[in-house]
Amino acid sequence: MSALVQARDLARDYSMGSGAVHALRGVSFDVEDGEWLAIVGPSGCGKSTLLNLLGAVDTPDAGTLTIGGERIDKLDDAAATAFRLRRIGFVFQRFYLMPALTAAENIELPMAEAKVVRNVRMARAKELLGYVGLAERSGHRPSQLSGGEQQRVAIARALANRPALLLADEPTGELDAATGRDMIELFRRLNGDGTTIVVVTHDAQMAEAATRRIQMRDGRVVAGEAS
Amino acid sequence: MPFRMALLALLRHRARTVLAAFGIAVSAALLLDMVMLSSGMRENFQGFLLLRGYQLRVAPKGTLPFDSDATIDSVGTLVRAISQLPGVIAVSPVLGAQAQTAVRDTTISAFALGIDPRVQGDYELLRGADVSDSSSVVVNDRWLALTQHAIGDSVTLAVGYDPQLRTVVGERQFRIAGVARFFYTATTQPTIAMRLPVLQAMGGSARHDHASLLMVKAAPGVDLEVVRARIQQVSARVSAISLEGATAQVEQRLAYFRQLALVLGSISLGVGILLVTTLITIGVNERAGEIAVLRAIGVAKQSVVLQVVTEGLVLSGVGAIAGMLIGLVTARWLERILADFPGMPSTFRFFVFQPYDAGIALGLLATAGVLAGIYPAWRAASLPIAVTLRREAVA
Repeated sequence: MSALVQARDLARDYSMGSGAVHALRGVSFDVEDGEWLAIVGPSGCGKSTLLNLLGAVDTPDAGTLTIGGERIDKLDDAAATAFRLRRIGFVFQRFYLMPALTAAENIELPMAEAKVVRNVRMARAKELLGYVGLAERSGHRPSQLSGGEQQRVAIARALANRPALLLADEPTGELDAATGRDMIELFRRLNGDGTTIVVVTHDAQMAEAATRRIQMRDGRVVAGEAS
Repeated sequence: MPFRMALLALLRHRARTVLAAFGIAVSAALLLDMVMLSSGMRENFQGFLLLRGYQLRVAPKGTLPFDSDATIDSVGTLVRAISQLPGVIAVSPVLGAQAQTAVRDTTISAFALGIDPRVQGDYELLRGADVSDSSSVVVNDRWLALTQHAIGDSVTLAVGYDPQLRTVVGERQFRIAGVARFFYTATTQPTIAMRLPVLQAMGGSARHDHASLLMVKAAPGVDLEVVRARIQQVSARVSAISLEGATAQVEQRLAYFRQLALVLGSISLGVGILLVTTLITIGVNERAGEIAVLRAIGVAKQSVVLQVVTEGLVLSGVGAIAGMLIGLVTARWLERILADFPGMPSTFRFFVFQPYDAGIALGLLATAGVLAGIYPAWRAASLPIAVTLRREAVA
């Protein structure tokens, strides 16, 4: 396996009131292609900040970050947006589907932005809904779906443009235990089918299911282990 | 997709969208009415003067037609001289006076016009016959209503009252030949018309061979300014006024109206912009999390801007179309109120609908819609993705 993600000495500070918060202090790690990495640690340790850097929605104050051979630590907004669209899939704790759009339309959204033609978009959305087990729910709006179903649609949306890296921030955080287990199975299947995943989680079962874990504390990686 | 998202965003809060569109419609209606009023008065005034195709007016020097009691003397000679000018095809002299009629124990005062029935441009006959001889008059419905006369009746008219002798002046017997609609007097103004020499004779030596106004018709294609200059050369005692000149003078007098219309129109446009900006900004603030997610999954700033600006444009567009309809209805209502103003000619219209003006109003509103969407669009596109997502998660 080759390193899809190479993070070197990443630092990120936030100004808060009179002082600065050192959210990340010299974080370095690799993620191999096809790997499923879980980032764990207490609240406020910098997990989500790290995920935001990996997803190019934020930029580090220091260090380098390479994904798929492309330096993303100094991208301007337009380049970062294009990078996210083509190379990154995002799954959020609260699903964040567009409430006015149907499940299929939510999945089509990133493809429409990427100028994928309509019939190809529709076919891909149908394929992804089938993959996540919601083939019959394509015309339903988020309000008509359960939490687990919404998260499955969100995962399908994240996969729409065939990203190199799937990032998930507490994907089971809003789900009950049984649905959370289903979600872990879905992630396992995704990884088994070749998707590289980085997941930030407090869920021990989710972390346990990952192929490797790194432990963070106070903005630093303090431990790492493989399953 | 941004267009669909914009429509769906507006439909999500239907009551709010409908109320905002209605607010914009009211602004649009006011804007249309003001545009119709400011340019309509000018356009209508030109049409008003051209009702019978007389493009030039000749009034006593330094006055506007019927602006004062001043008259032009030796008018017979002047009419003949102007008629012989190149390009002139008709000259219609008009003398104005007050004519009294005794009805039971009261006196009805009417505006009397002395005209040449062959070339007159002051009225159109509605019923009966035109002024055919020295003893016939045509009257308007208002005069008939006040005097309780009918076509065919005989009536005694006088053009003045001598307070020292306590007697009427220039009394004469007439037969009512017909009923006419007078273009330049108010419908509430009792008006009569008779032959010019008759009214001149009734006025005594002071009115002999006098007229208040000459209306001049030039041949099609003739340069009116050239004709006007030639008339001016014929007599230094008169002011020849072309349509443009009259319009300019009236415009000068109506400048206050136009300024008022401009101010009110601008205010309504400003209110419309603020309304749309406020509503779209509220919508953007409510959807901050959604917008941050859109940006996080790779939706470009331009798409977000397009979506938000489209919301403003759609809202303004719907409001503008509804506003056009409301504006036309309110213009008709206001027209009726203004038509009842004392002294307002029945043929004068304040509000004139012109597609060009409606297009301008629509264009201004569309521009306002785009402008109104710019600030919230800028806010939406500038949202810091990571910070907004974290704030949403905490919330």
